[in-house]
Amino acid sequence: MNLEPIVFIVTGLVALVSAILMVTRRNPVKSVLFLIVNFFCLAVIYLLLRAQFIAIIEILVYAGAIMVLFLFVIMLLNMGTEETRREGKQRRGLFAAFLGTAVFVEILVGLRLPTGEAESGISTSAGQMGTVESIGKTLYTGYIFPFEVTSLLLLAAMVGVIVLARRKIL
Amino acid sequence: MDQIPLSYYLILSAALFSIGVAGVLTRRNAIIVFMCIELMLNSVNLTLIAFSSFFGNPAGQVLVFFVMAVAAAEAAVGLAIIIAIFRNKQTVDIQDINILKW
Repeated sequence: MNLEPIVFIVTGLVALVSAILMVTRRNPVKSVLFLIVNFFCLAVIYLLLRAQFIAIIEILVYAGAIMVLFLFVIMLLNMGTEETRREGKQRRGLFAAFLGTAVFVEILVGLRLPTGEAESGISTSAGQMGTVESIGKTLYTGYIFPFEVTSLLLLAAMVGVIVLARRKIL
Repeated sequence: MDQIPLSYYLILSAALFSIGVAGVLTRRNAIIVFMCIELMLNSVNLTLIAFSSFFGNPAGQVLVFFVMAVAAAEAAVGLAIIIAIFRNKQTVDIQDINILKW
């Protein structure tokens, strides 16, 4: 018995529900927690796609580092729940649902869902492809220049953050 | 159904992206807008990994690695800007932050 479809459907549904809850909650801390749930579901789906390295990185970098940063800022600024403004509250929700559906339909139309060889299933080499070894080999041979540029980007972000968050901006 | 077809992954990713778009367009808390952007970046990552696995090409996963690095830098800079704005205006409501709007 193949469990993969069941795992996919359950984690996919949990990912969708947690994303919707993340968007609709008033309290930002709850939003962060639902987003973390969403990231864990995505990590499971990456595992289904045989991308082990990316799944681990998803949990470490996204659910770990980035979300902790978000929580830090939310608690630093001591934000309460977003106070509701009476005017246009109902319309805003309807507008959101309409726009979200419109974008979704547009993407589906644009996809022209692929047929043929891709439908036959995950490529047989995928199991070896998602390992650290394979990713590292590709990264450090074919993509060495973008990799170095990334280090520069992170350095620039680091300096920029320190300058921006100082008490007295230059 | 023995294998999950590629289209299922793409539909899930499209749905997550749409939820992110709806969130960005309707929420007023700047931090939640940022989180919706992270959600959208993640849904694109899912598309990249799905194509990478189905076509047997590791370049997609390397690209996801770069997307994550950029997302981390973007989140850090964005949150620093939010802190700077909060220090000046005591709010992160994007409807009260409109000094760039002419």
